[in-house]
Amino acid sequence: MDLFEYQGKQYFARYGIPTSPGGVAGTVDEAVAQAEAAGYPVVVKAQVKVGGRGKAGGIKLAAGAEEVRRHAGAILGMDIKGHVVHRLWVEHASDIAREYYASFTLDRPAKTYLGMLSAEGGVEIEEVAATNPGAIARLHVDPVRGLDLATARRWAEEAGLDDAARDQAAEVLVALYRCYEEGDCDLAEINPLILTADSRVHALDAKVTLDDNARFRHPEWEEFAATETEDPREQMAKEKGLNYVGLSGDVGIIANGAGLAMSTCDVVSQVGGAPANFLDIGGGANADVMSAALEVINADPSVRAIFVNIFGGITRVDEVAKGVIEALGRVDLRSPIVLRLDGTNVQEGRALLQPHLSDRLMAEATMLEAARRTVALAAAGGRGSEERA
Amino acid sequence: MSIFVDETTTVVVQGLSPTSQGLYHGKRNRDYGTRVVAGTNPGRGGEVIDGIPVFATVAEAVEATGASASFVSVPPAYAAAAILEAAEAGISFIVCITEGIPAHDEARTYNRLVQDHPGTRLLGPNCPGIISPGKCNIGITSGDIALAGGPVGIVSRSGTLTYQALHELSQQGVGQTTCVGIGGDPVPGTNFIDCLAAFQEDPDTLAVMMIGEIGGSEEERAAEFISEHVTKPVVCYVAGVTAPPGRRMGHAGAIISGSQGTAQVKMEALSAAGAVVAQNPTEAGVRMVEIVKELG
Repeated sequence: MDLFEYQGKQYFARYGIPTSPGGVAGTVDEAVAQAEAAGYPVVVKAQVKVGGRGKAGGIKLAAGAEEVRRHAGAILGMDIKGHVVHRLWVEHASDIAREYYASFTLDRPAKTYLGMLSAEGGVEIEEVAATNPGAIARLHVDPVRGLDLATARRWAEEAGLDDAARDQAAEVLVALYRCYEEGDCDLAEINPLILTADSRVHALDAKVTLDDNARFRHPEWEEFAATETEDPREQMAKEKGLNYVGLSGDVGIIANGAGLAMSTCDVVSQVGGAPANFLDIGGGANADVMSAALEVINADPSVRAIFVNIFGGITRVDEVAKGVIEALGRVDLRSPIVLRLDGTNVQEGRALLQPHLSDRLMAEATMLEAARRTVALAAAGGRGSEERA
Repeated sequence: MSIFVDETTTVVVQGLSPTSQGLYHGKRNRDYGTRVVAGTNPGRGGEVIDGIPVFATVAEAVEATGASASFVSVPPAYAAAAILEAAEAGISFIVCITEGIPAHDEARTYNRLVQDHPGTRLLGPNCPGIISPGKCNIGITSGDIALAGGPVGIVSRSGTLTYQALHELSQQGVGQTTCVGIGGDPVPGTNFIDCLAAFQEDPDTLAVMMIGEIGGSEEERAAEFISEHVTKPVVCYVAGVTAPPGRRMGHAGAIISGSQGTAQVKMEALSAAGAVVAQNPTEAGVRMVEIVKELG
């Protein structure tokens, strides 16, 4: 789960990472109230989970209430790369002397944590990595041993942080590491981490991605989850406990297993179609799960044909077939379905299905044939019955 | 032969109770012929559940039965402790199928194993397990779709695609030495390279099928290893060509970040390393059957 900047700053505060005084606003009046509390001049910042806010006009400086009113009015409701701004973060404007970069993530090949620190912050770190890789000091942190203050000090020196910033920065780095590790983040990034003209170090931005798998031990994440702006299709799938990612095509896809679901999307594309979604219903495929999956797909108006691709391993194909038949009795589908069932007890499963086959429910023996048939149906507008007429 | 597990492997199922996932899968594995010799449950030491003697700890189970492998399917919150308990008891091969373990638990556990228990191999977490057809099956793979006798070794990051691969080969009468599901999490205990190295060493494995997916750089690193160390034919398939960047495709590890981890880059690297790269699982099966026929 990605956090908004203001949520990231709230999360930072739990671990003692200093930020500027400020607050969240959902209206122009609230923005003015937050500005008065933070003290002018202030920065009004669009809260969207996408980069490039500044260039899009989503970050503005304001010297007084009138300016706050003007900027807040312009930014609220603004569309930044497809993300509509519903909230603002209003904070006291800092007198910036230097901008640094600091982050922790998992280094997957090395199977340890990777800290990145640079004296050249304020720009995208990918840009620094591409143009001036020497400007990034990388530190591998052993997850068993953690990061101590002495190591953090040496690291700050190696990265070339200014003398005035080093001790404070080292403390921030240790706090950021704690936030990353104890706080179960996939990513904890401060860009920029600033040194102010009066020699204070603090976080001017916060980019935090939380590990959804750790939700069970973080009750404090509930408030973050409540504001997750999602595709309505994804919201519905989540409520039903399904693993769904919305895509932009017209072929609805249901498969069991993440790999098979991805592969099904690929094969649909290979035969000239466009997947409307990725939907993994997990290992089993009983009637309840299948009904829920079909309901989610059915609610997507762009879907014109549905490809159900199930490989029965532990869940045998005959059980899957029963589940599909029962689910079809519960959900009134707009689009025709092409089924491809394979695996354990495939003959029994196909026999069960045989009497139910029609121009709304078709079966194919292989993934490729099923993909071709579904894509053809989608191209014809999903009008299986009219084809017959 | 086979890799990692064979007919001599003895298994302790951790977290055994009359209603646990461990019992369900453990019994299926036993029915397949796997030597399931013990279970553990801190509250049920001394009991016998469906013919499986239960011990309070893994150490006691190892002491009494000499179990060499363990099977972990406990809920995510308890999985890291279960893995470390098995390693401390001297278990040399741990299969963890648990899905949804926090990434930091995985990172800490992996590094703890490397530092304190170098003799222990962890497979998973979030994997379907391992099967050496006709000899040993630990995990959730259906034994019905595997065919004993080799000569193909399979290693895969995805569960259902692993089954698909087994099925494609078995249907054509091509058997497998061992099929390893390494799982789709960010910190797998065993990776492609570990399996490729073991298959290269195994005299009965004549060709390797490798199934990857988007995210991370394990496939790229496997490609480097293949070009330098693998002389046996390798057929690959990588899922997720159409996956959008920045979205988790089911598996915690299956995410494209920026230009990193795309299927295209992985396929190019594998192809450059001399592997046969198929466009879909069916084609991978077909290509492998052709290769096995040529090998005689």
